[in-house]
Amino acid sequence: MPPDAPPPPEDRAASTAQAAPVFVARGVTRTFRSGATEVHALRGIDLELYAGEFVVLLGPSGSGKSTLLNILGGLDVPTSGSVRFRDHDLTSWDDAALTHYRREHVGFVFQFYNLMPTLTARENVAVVTDIARDPMSPEEALRRVGLGDHLDRFPAELSGGEQQRVAIARSIAKRPDVLLCDEPTGALDVKTGITVLEVIERLNRELGTTTVIITHNAVIAAMADRVITLSDGRIASLQCNPARASAASLVW
Amino acid sequence: MTALRQKLLRDLRVLWTQAVAISLVIACGVATFVMSVSVLQSLERRAAQYYEDARLPHVFAHLKRAPVSIARRVAEVPGVAAVETRVVAEVTLDLPGVIEPAVGRLVSIPDRGGPSLSRLHLRQGRWPDPGRRSEVLANEAFAEAHGLVPGDRLRAVMNGRREQLIVVGIALSPEYVYQIRGGDVVPDDRRFGVLWMRDRPLAAAFDLANACNDVVVAVTPGASLPAVRAQIDVLLAPYGGRGAYGREDQVSYRTVANELSQLRAMALLVPVIFLLVAAFILNLVLNRMIATQREQIATLKAFGYRRREIAAHYLQFALLIVLAGAALGTAVGAWLGTGLADLYVRFFRFPDQHYSVGLGVAASALGISLLAGVLSVAMAIRRVVRLAPAEAMRPEAPRPFRGGFLHSHGSVGRLSPLARLTLRQIARHPVRAVLSTLGIALGIAVMVLGSFSADLVDRIMEDHFEATQRFDFSIGFIEPSDVGTLQAVARLPGVLRAEGFRSVAVRLRRGSHARLTSLLGLEADSGLLRPIDVKGDPIPFPTSGLLLSEKLAQLLEVNPGQTVEVEVLEGARPVRALRVAGTVRDFAGQAAYLTRGELNDFLREGAVISGAFALTDPLREAALYAKIKETPRIGGITSTRSLIQSFKRLMSENMLRMRLFNMIFASIIAFGVVYNAARITLSERAWELATLRVIGLSRREVSATLLGEIAALTVLAIPVGALLGNLLARLTVRALETETQHFPLVIDPSTYATAILTVVAATVISSLVVRRRIDRLDLVAVLKSHD
Ligand SMILES: Nc1ncnc2c1ncn2[C@@H]1O[C@H](COP(=O)(O)OP(=O)(O)OP(=O)(O)O)[C@@H](O)[C@H]1O
Ligand SMILES: [Mg+2]
Repeated sequence: MPPDAPPPPEDRAASTAQAAPVFVARGVTRTFRSGATEVHALRGIDLELYAGEFVVLLGPSGSGKSTLLNILGGLDVPTSGSVRFRDHDLTSWDDAALTHYRREHVGFVFQFYNLMPTLTARENVAVVTDIARDPMSPEEALRRVGLGDHLDRFPAELSGGEQQRVAIARSIAKRPDVLLCDEPTGALDVKTGITVLEVIERLNRELGTTTVIITHNAVIAAMADRVITLSDGRIASLQCNPARASAASLVW
Repeated sequence: MTALRQKLLRDLRVLWTQAVAISLVIACGVATFVMSVSVLQSLERRAAQYYEDARLPHVFAHLKRAPVSIARRVAEVPGVAAVETRVVAEVTLDLPGVIEPAVGRLVSIPDRGGPSLSRLHLRQGRWPDPGRRSEVLANEAFAEAHGLVPGDRLRAVMNGRREQLIVVGIALSPEYVYQIRGGDVVPDDRRFGVLWMRDRPLAAAFDLANACNDVVVAVTPGASLPAVRAQIDVLLAPYGGRGAYGREDQVSYRTVANELSQLRAMALLVPVIFLLVAAFILNLVLNRMIATQREQIATLKAFGYRRREIAAHYLQFALLIVLAGAALGTAVGAWLGTGLADLYVRFFRFPDQHYSVGLGVAASALGISLLAGVLSVAMAIRRVVRLAPAEAMRPEAPRPFRGGFLHSHGSVGRLSPLARLTLRQIARHPVRAVLSTLGIALGIAVMVLGSFSADLVDRIMEDHFEATQRFDFSIGFIEPSDVGTLQAVARLPGVLRAEGFRSVAVRLRRGSHARLTSLLGLEADSGLLRPIDVKGDPIPFPTSGLLLSEKLAQLLEVNPGQTVEVEVLEGARPVRALRVAGTVRDFAGQAAYLTRGELNDFLREGAVISGAFALTDPLREAALYAKIKETPRIGGITSTRSLIQSFKRLMSENMLRMRLFNMIFASIIAFGVVYNAARITLSERAWELATLRVIGLSRREVSATLLGEIAALTVLAIPVGALLGNLLARLTVRALETETQHFPLVIDPSTYATAILTVVAATVISSLVVRRRIDRLDLVAVLKSHD
């Protein structure tokens, strides 16, 4: 299938999928300029994401995955092209509007966790629940990722994987409409990785959270409704899974 | 509590030493501000109130002798609201148990009640009984210097006759808020005192019954003072009027006004500089602190925190620090202000000695520091908050690093790897290096500014008492006498050398400018009073023509070679244009000299002197005093030694205490800058340093890379700081200048040295603290928490 053609609706296998796309990206490019050299991180992305969809984003390092995720999450703006969220054009929004969008709709898991070093696990989650409309309690979010015993530890007192789970708890705690995770299991062993994926999966099923996960682990792709592979700033392939594997059944 | 509030408290706890250092810097700025301004305000308020309440006259005139009926004619001058005639006479006082003689100025008060102008404020005792001729009131400063209380007796040689005086009360007068004798540079409350006596006995003692030799006048609001003075001059001229003058030439009023204007300059300039430095440091520190939290800010933004919310978070952080500093500073400033006000009370006598910190002062100190805090945060956070979060989350792009001179220059290649690393580090962040250098330099500059005033005082002392006024005693005769009298002075006990002088009250005029001063006629080879030029070298006395104080020449707008009109205000009152032969340096800015011969010729008199300067044997002082006390022809004696002592007392308590405060403050500021610079550099580079440690560098080597940077910046800061300090001192000297006083800029090398050493010490201490932190660096934690 040519990468720029939208997938026919009947190809989508997800049971929770609805007809209206949550995101529509058209001709999105992102160019970084550092000194005299230009880096084309995205070279023209056309894409729809549907409500309740579970999407996995694959691709080699430097292919533009994080850049795309940042643009979808309103953290960054494309150099050209447009991104629509529901009925709104993200690219026409100013900083205040983007802030509002992130606050109301988006949950993030960053590739480098980005925890506040002077706050405990519980408080790091509270940073988000403090300003969310209908959040779960920080304790519940942490319990879901298996950190119920580590509520009052500081990031420096947690292992890399535990820090990553705090970051995930923080992103799901506000029950976002859109959950964007940049390598959420990168630092986790199989067992905890699966626990975390189960949490994400549950949120996706129960609340219909549109979920995009970046990963280098192709096994995880089996969980997705669709798998998008980026290469050198372009969509190299777009594949629909006839049936989603449950997180518990994954093996790597 | 919200998580963000929690973060605020945790961050404060982590950074508490830095927060305390900044708070202290702000406290120092605020303390100097509160101290100076509150003292200034309460002095200004008190002075104005006192002059008003006690009716300080607007015009003063001395004359030789006039009938008391002159008062009626003066009262008819348009604009005159009230007139009082008085008898004023100076006498030699002999106090029981005090070996040295003192000069008493006896001022008459009406026979009934108190004076209507220059109202006296009775502090102790009672008014003199009109019927008793020997009762007097003593000025409080004089009474305190001698421990006089009502009932004490003293002896005076009045018009050649010995009289016994009884102190019946202690009083204050608005004319003598600062008790200093005209022509003296510093007050000497032991040697000069004002006494008030009923008119009838005083006039009788000086053969001035129904007559007066002093007139004071209050004018109606809006009256033209120059016009009133001119008319009074015309009225009094036939009676030997010495020229009417206004408050600005009245010694006490002028001294208080000068002191207030200098205090005003200091009260604004130094604290403003301190506050600006504090604000700069706050900005520097916050900027870098916020830069180290760049990723955290981006994360907050990513979660949908608004700019306003993030700004408020950091604002709270800064304001807590600022508020703590401002509160501490206000308290310390008020406390120091009490001390300073007490000092002023010793020299300036006001009936109301109440000192308080005005709410306005405290509020403006708070306002200024809050403004500084808000501006600092606004400037520091603006850049970061504006960045798109995705961008801010990436570490700040390293500036494209080109080797530049560090690569191309051969000599760099010969440096040790450590030195090279240090230099590269500085070259990589030039703006940061410049700002840190500037911060440390400001520490040095503030130290210089805080302590150079003592150098200034030393120089003035040197100029005045060592270079110019080299005599031990100045002896004044009651009446001008033949030069032969000098022989008698030379024969007084202990006198080693004596030189005569002639002094006369004059008005100098050029164009529209006129000044009253006294013209001093000196021997051409005068060695005991030696005018010095602007560079401080003795000036050879010109064979003819005037030597004028530089400041006086400026006021009259006259240059050497040009002439001024000299009007003598005594005797036959001759007027003549005299050529200005040169200018001299003089602290009080009032000096005018002529050779004694030329002055005698001008006055159309023979070889006559008004008094003598004497060099004496200190061991025979007691005998000299005893002799002088019983010599009726001597009207007064001034002791240089005693003046120096009094001056030193004044300075050591006043200037030196101020200097100490300033030095303490400046050291704190210097320490605050250096410590913060070191700590922030550490937090910015902690990850890098931990990595170096992990790679295998020793603690010593790792510390060296950081401390090397701090040391290099300190070395760079030394010349910059010295230069800045010089500039600030120059600014201050300018601001201290009054109409008559001019100060040279003198900064002793030791002042620079102290400033530099203090800052170097602050650097060393900060480095040790930072070094300890590096040693205890938890490698794992640092590497892990690099978010
Ligand atoms: N702010 C930036 N400035 C300059 N170049 C950038 C910036 N952000 C990303 N890039 C570049 O854009 C390209 C895409 O980066 P991106 O982070 O999207 O890659 P990625 O697919 O997430 O890689 P990885 O799997 O390693 O995380 C890379 O070449 C990267 O170097
Ligand atoms: Mg990435």
